[in-house]
Amino acid sequence: MTVALPSDLSPQPLQPQGWLRYLSFSLDHKVIGLQYLITGFLFYFIGGALAGVIRTELASPISDFVSRDTYNQVLTLHGTVMIFLWIVPVVNGAFGNYLIPFYVGARDMAFPRLNAVAFWLIPPAGILLISSYFITGAAQSGWTAYPPLSLTTPAAGQVIWILSVLLLGGSSIFGGINFIATILKLRRPGLKMMQLPMYCWAMLGTSILVVLSTPVLAGTLVMLSFDIIAHTGFFNPALGGNVVVYQHLFWFYSHPAVYIMVLPAFGLVSEILPIHARKPLFGYTTMVYSILAIVVLGLIVWAHHMFTSGTPPWMRLFFTIATSFIAVPTGIKFFNWLATLWGGKIALNSAMLFASAFIVNFVFGGITGVALAQVPFDIHVHDTYFVVGHFHYIVYGGTVFVIFSSVYHWFPKFSGRMLNEHLGRLHFLLTFIGFNLCFAPQHWLGLNGMPRRVAEYDPQFTLWNQVSSVGALLMAVSALPFLVNVVVSLWRGAPAGDNPWNALTPEWLTSSPPPVENWLGEAPLVKEPYGYGIDPARLRVDSTSGLDVWMGGNR
Amino acid sequence: MTSLAPGQELQPGPNIDHSADVDLHGGHPDFRMFGLATFLVADAMTFAGFFAAYLTFKAVNPLPPGSTFELELLLPTINTAVLIISSFTFHRAGRLLREGNGPGCRLWLMITAGLGAAFLAGQMVEYFHLPFGLTDNLFASTFYAITGFHGLHVTLGVICILIVWLQARSGGRITPSDHFGFEAAELYWHFVDGIWVVLYGILYLL
Repeated sequence: MTVALPSDLSPQPLQPQGWLRYLSFSLDHKVIGLQYLITGFLFYFIGGALAGVIRTELASPISDFVSRDTYNQVLTLHGTVMIFLWIVPVVNGAFGNYLIPFYVGARDMAFPRLNAVAFWLIPPAGILLISSYFITGAAQSGWTAYPPLSLTTPAAGQVIWILSVLLLGGSSIFGGINFIATILKLRRPGLKMMQLPMYCWAMLGTSILVVLSTPVLAGTLVMLSFDIIAHTGFFNPALGGNVVVYQHLFWFYSHPAVYIMVLPAFGLVSEILPIHARKPLFGYTTMVYSILAIVVLGLIVWAHHMFTSGTPPWMRLFFTIATSFIAVPTGIKFFNWLATLWGGKIALNSAMLFASAFIVNFVFGGITGVALAQVPFDIHVHDTYFVVGHFHYIVYGGTVFVIFSSVYHWFPKFSGRMLNEHLGRLHFLLTFIGFNLCFAPQHWLGLNGMPRRVAEYDPQFTLWNQVSSVGALLMAVSALPFLVNVVVSLWRGAPAGDNPWNALTPEWLTSSPPPVENWLGEAPLVKEPYGYGIDPARLRVDSTSGLDVWMGGNR
Repeated sequence: MTSLAPGQELQPGPNIDHSADVDLHGGHPDFRMFGLATFLVADAMTFAGFFAAYLTFKAVNPLPPGSTFELELLLPTINTAVLIISSFTFHRAGRLLREGNGPGCRLWLMITAGLGAAFLAGQMVEYFHLPFGLTDNLFASTFYAITGFHGLHVTLGVICILIVWLQARSGGRITPSDHFGFEAAELYWHFVDGIWVVLYGILYLL
C-alpha cells in the first residue's frame, strides 16, 4: 500500500552540509584532509604549551616551576603529541589526503571509508593521551618509553600512553595503505609515474616506510604493555629480559619515523619552490631516486640512536657508515632545490619565505646529523641538548616551516580566499628569529655537557638556557599573527580565484575551493607539472579543463 | 523506508545540494585485494618484530637456571598439517564457488572452518600440557606471545570463514561472479597459514 506524501515535503540531504561536514564521518578526501589539518594544529598548540612549560622551567637552573613528576609528564607528552598528533598527521594525513587524488587525476583516494576511519582514530587517541595527565598522571619515561624506566614509573599513565600510540600507529598504517594504492593504482589514463608531481613520490616512499616499520612498534609496545600488566619479562632484566632488544625494536620504527616526518615535507617544498621561482624543479629523476634511496637506507640505520647502549664496535661501525650514506641522497635533494631557485624569478611571499628558510634550517640540522652519525662524536653528545638542537632543526626548522609554507601556499585553494601577506611576513619574522634563538644555543649547551630531559642544570648553562627560553617565547607569540590571519582571512580574505599562483599542477586547474568531484569535467592530464618559464607553445598540457586557466595567467 | 540509490529523491522537489554525497565507486576498478595485500605486509612486519625479538633473546639471553623451555613436536606438527590442508580446502571451496556449485562451496568452507577450529583446539591442548606458564621465563613469555598473537589471527580467520559461509547462501552477497569477501578471506587465511609455517620453523625446529 503506498502512502501519498505531502507535496511540499522535501527530504533533507543525506549528509551534513557546509561546515558541519568537518565534524562528520565524511568520505571526501578534501574534507578529511582539512579535518587532519585543523586537528593537527590543535595538537600543535597543546604541544607548544607543553614546550612552554619546559622552557619556563629551564629559564632558571633550579627545578622550581613544576614538580619533578610533572616535568617528566610534560616532556613525555610534548614529544609524543608533537610527533604522533601533529607532524605525522599533518604532513601525511592533511596535505597527503587533500592533494594526492588531485595529483594522480582521481576523484578521491582508493579507499575513502578507510580514510575516514584513519582520521577518526586521531581525536579519541589524542583525548585519551592528554586526559591521562589529568586523571591518572601521564607517562613519565619520554616519548621513547625505554624500559626499565617505563616499567618502574606509574603504570596507569604508561599503559594509556601505549594504547594511545597504538591507535595512532594504526591510523598511520591505514593511511599508508591508502596512499600506496592511490598512487600506484589510481593514476588517470595517460599519466605515468615519472610525470607525477614530486609530492606523490615523497608520499609513496613515506607510505612504504609507514607500512614496513610502524607494525614493529605496535608489537614492541604490546610486549611492553605485557611487561607492565602481566608481569612478563621481555624487557625487564630482573625477570631475565633484555632492555637493549626494546631499543632495537623501538628504533627500527622510530628512525624511519623521522623520515615519515620529513620526506613529505621534501615533497611539499618541491611543489612550492618551482611555482614561486617560476622555474622547473631541477633534476626530477635524481629527486625520485634520492627519495627511494632514503627509503631503503632509512630502514637500516636505526642503531645510530644506540651508540651508547653497549652496542658492539662492529655494529656501531656499520651503522655509522650507513647513516653517513643517507647524507648523499639528502644532499642531492638540497642542491637540486638550490638549483631550482638559481636564476629564478623569485616572488618572496610568505610561502616562499618559509620554504627558503626550510632550506637553510634543514641544512644546519642535516650537518649536525652527519656529526652525530660519527660514533666518537656521538658518545660525547648523546642524550645532551646537542641532540635536542639537532632534531628540532630538522623537525621544526624543516618540517614545521614547510607546513607553514604549505598553509600559505594552499590556503587559497582550500578556502577560496587569500591570506594577508603583511601578517604572513610578521609571522615568518617572529618564527624564524624565535626558532633560531631557541634552538641554536642548544648545540652549545649539549657540547658543553648539559643533559636532556632535566629540570635542573649546572648554573654555568644559565645564560644560554635563558636565551633559548626567550626564543621559545617569541615562537609562542608568533602563533598570534598566524591565527589572526587564518581566522580573519577565512571570513574576509581577498577572493583567490582558481589559480592565484599561476601554477600547473592539477589542483590549481579547478575552482577554489574545488567541487566535490575535484573537477567539473575530466581530470586534467598534466604531463609536465613543472613547466614554468617554458614557452607555452612547447608545453604539453593536454587538459580538457583548466588549460584556459593556465593560458590566462601571467607566466 | 525503501532504500534509495545515492542521489535519488523520494519525489521531485526543490533543488537539493547533494554535493556532499560522494560517489563511492569512483568509476575505477576494484583495488580492495591490493589494499588487503598491503595490509598483510604490515601484519607480517608485526610478526617479524616478534620473531626478531625471539631470535635475539635466544642468541643473547640465557635461560635462568631451573627454568624449562621444552617444546614437544608431535602436536604442533599435526597442527601444521591441519593448517596447510585447510588452505587447500579453502582453495577448493573457491573453485567450486566460481563453478557455480553453491552447496559444494559451502561444504568445503565448513570443512576449512572445522580444520581451523581443530587447529585452535590443538593449540589449547598444547598450552594445557606445557610445563611452563606465561611469566615463567623470557622464552615462555615470548612463546605464548607469538603463538597467542597467531592464534588470535586464526580465530579472526575462522570467524571470517563463517561469515563468508553465511553470505555464500543463496541471496547473500557472495555469488559466483562477485565475491570479494570470499577472496579476501581466502588471502587472509593463506597468510595466516604462511605465518604459522614460519613460526613453526623458528619456534619449534630451530
